[in-house]
Amino acid sequence: MADAAVLPAPIAKKVPGRFWIVPPAALLALLFFYPLVLIVQQAFMDDSGMANVGEFVRVLHARFFLNALINTITISVAATAGCLIVGLVLGLILAFVPFPGSGVIARLIDTFIALPTFLVTLAFTFLYGSAGMLNAGLMEAFSLQAPPVNFLYSTWGVVLAEVTVYSPFVLRPLLAAFSLVDRGQIEAASVLGARPFRIVRQVILPAAVPALIAGGSLCLLLTVNEFGIVLFIGAKGVITLPLLIYSKAIQESAYQVACIIAVINIALSLGLFGLYRFAAGRLGA
Amino acid sequence: MSVPAFTGSNVMDVDAAKIRGAGSNVHFDKVSVAYGAHVVLHPLTLDIAPGEILAMIGPSGSGKTTALRAVAGFVRPASGRIRIGATDVTDLPPYERGLGMVVQNYALFPHMRVEDNVAFGLRAQGADKALIGERVKDSLATVGMSGFAKRYPRELSGGQQQRVAIARALAVRPRVLLLDEPLSALDAQIRRNMVEEIAKLHRDLPGLTILYVTHDQTEALTLADKIAIMRDGRVSSHGPTAELYRRPPNRFTAEFLGRANLLPVTVTEGATGPKGFAKAKLGDALLAGAARGEKPGDKTLLCIRPQHLSLTGDEEHTNRIVGTLKEVHWQGELTHLVLDVDGTPVRVSATRLPVSLPERGSVVPLFFAPGDTSLVPEDARG
Ligand SMILES: Nc1ncnc2c1ncn2[C@@H]1O[C@H](COP(=O)(O)OP(=O)(O)O)[C@@H](O)[C@H]1O
Ligand SMILES: [Mg+2]
Repeated sequence: MADAAVLPAPIAKKVPGRFWIVPPAALLALLFFYPLVLIVQQAFMDDSGMANVGEFVRVLHARFFLNALINTITISVAATAGCLIVGLVLGLILAFVPFPGSGVIARLIDTFIALPTFLVTLAFTFLYGSAGMLNAGLMEAFSLQAPPVNFLYSTWGVVLAEVTVYSPFVLRPLLAAFSLVDRGQIEAASVLGARPFRIVRQVILPAAVPALIAGGSLCLLLTVNEFGIVLFIGAKGVITLPLLIYSKAIQESAYQVACIIAVINIALSLGLFGLYRFAAGRLGA
Repeated sequence: MSVPAFTGSNVMDVDAAKIRGAGSNVHFDKVSVAYGAHVVLHPLTLDIAPGEILAMIGPSGSGKTTALRAVAGFVRPASGRIRIGATDVTDLPPYERGLGMVVQNYALFPHMRVEDNVAFGLRAQGADKALIGERVKDSLATVGMSGFAKRYPRELSGGQQQRVAIARALAVRPRVLLLDEPLSALDAQIRRNMVEEIAKLHRDLPGLTILYVTHDQTEALTLADKIAIMRDGRVSSHGPTAELYRRPPNRFTAEFLGRANLLPVTVTEGATGPKGFAKAKLGDALLAGAARGEKPGDKTLLCIRPQHLSLTGDEEHTNRIVGTLKEVHWQGELTHLVLDVDGTPVRVSATRLPVSLPERGSVVPLFFAPGDTSLVPEDARG
């Protein structure tokens, strides 16, 4: 109590917190907003430095862009749907089917998130690639001349790899939501005559909807921007927006086109991020 | 009575529960439960008659919930069978047993309105729409919650939520209603009201068999036709409520049910006289008590309830002991005294006291009627 009187009162009345916004804001401006502004500027200015939307409109209508956009959305939606299904099934089993070691499995799947995405792709190449174990085995067993399994070098190969990599992002919030479901509710439903499938549908899933939306939108976001997996698999004709930006900027040095596509990619990402934050907010509430 | 439009074979006749005596009995046949090597329910044989309320009471961890969950189908007996009515349900999943269950924390479905919570069981059993509407209305009316059909559980108080949980269980017309500490989460005032309402509910549905698990003896004494007292996974005693209270068969029952005083006495004379009182000695005092076949020389316990002890004697209160007054707690309508009688603490609950209360530390006589006592054997264990 005596200490309180010694405290210099006038200083305590100031708001010292206000100053601390400067360093993070400066850092953010330098590393994030400035490049962003540069990209947007590049996208809407021609080489002479004049504002010009013509090029933007031209790219929007170009075949290569539309193809990439369709590819991106197809892969992203398919992969997200796959993640939701895999996450849901795994989550239900891990949370509600008591088996020894379920905790270990859950933690193992968790660790998956820490690994670089290309690792799975690399593993896939070893397993299902033209020279991979599956094909080598089949070729030897049936004396084939060409590798019989080719799905890896297609849109579906990319989707499969993405599902493998990103399912844990659905599983994690789902397991959190499932752990909050009162076991008493499940038992009450069961005593009232509900079979397991009805309990999942009417008792468990309603409680998991925010987690599904959060996990699903995070998956959409991550798969829309996925670069490593698509590049690594290198399927012919499977060009997505990030890959297109890369090839326009690095291989063709068409910077304005690259920036235009980048702007669209960023808009898509921010929209999905907004969805994710909204869902995550509801999940926390 | 019309036959219900249920697909499930587990559901009894629509109005069977309303017909007097039409409920099912529950039979535990040497049911034991173990978690790993830890036996939590020793072979239990117990019958609950149709339409009976059996209160299973006992301290925490004595196996009450385990026994109830074995009936519900969430705990698999290590041995023994459970029958409900004529059906052996031991191997049936919970959803085929045709029961109702209400637990301490209500377990309502939070994203469903009250009416959908109540309709849940009927929908799960494939009842038709008209019947569901009728039953939901009925069940909510039974628990006095008709005005709350459109609310969500979070918009209700604890007591109201528990009423909805009861309505939800009743809507399927269960063969047996399982209640596990249904009132333990409510505060004292609401709990008292709810006990009375459950009693009324059973008067309205006399055919409904109820297994009522609680650690609260007041709830058990108020509601139950019969009581089973559990201790360490075994039934310590089982019998009609009033009888168990008046003539407890062992120390544990006497103490758990109504906190009886138990005085260690030595029998000097077996049952004599028209009322069959035995004579027993406590120190120098010679006391008369309701006998249980004791012989002279037997060491036993004399059970006397706190409210049957009086500071003044008369022609009825002929037994007299003396004790040293240790504590006095005044509680308005009741005064609780604690005395030391030959090293045994003795509790007295008195409604009327002498004008001048004796000092703490003074030696006070206590009087009681032989008819209010009973001789109780010491427990084999503890
Ligand atoms: N799932 C379980 N696993 C292991 N032990 C349990 C489990 N459930 C209950 N028990 C044990 O069984 C005993 C009886 O528990 P319970 O039936 O819940 O008692 P009560 O309802 O009388 O308080 C306790 O010792 C408890 O620790
Ligand atoms: Mg319990």
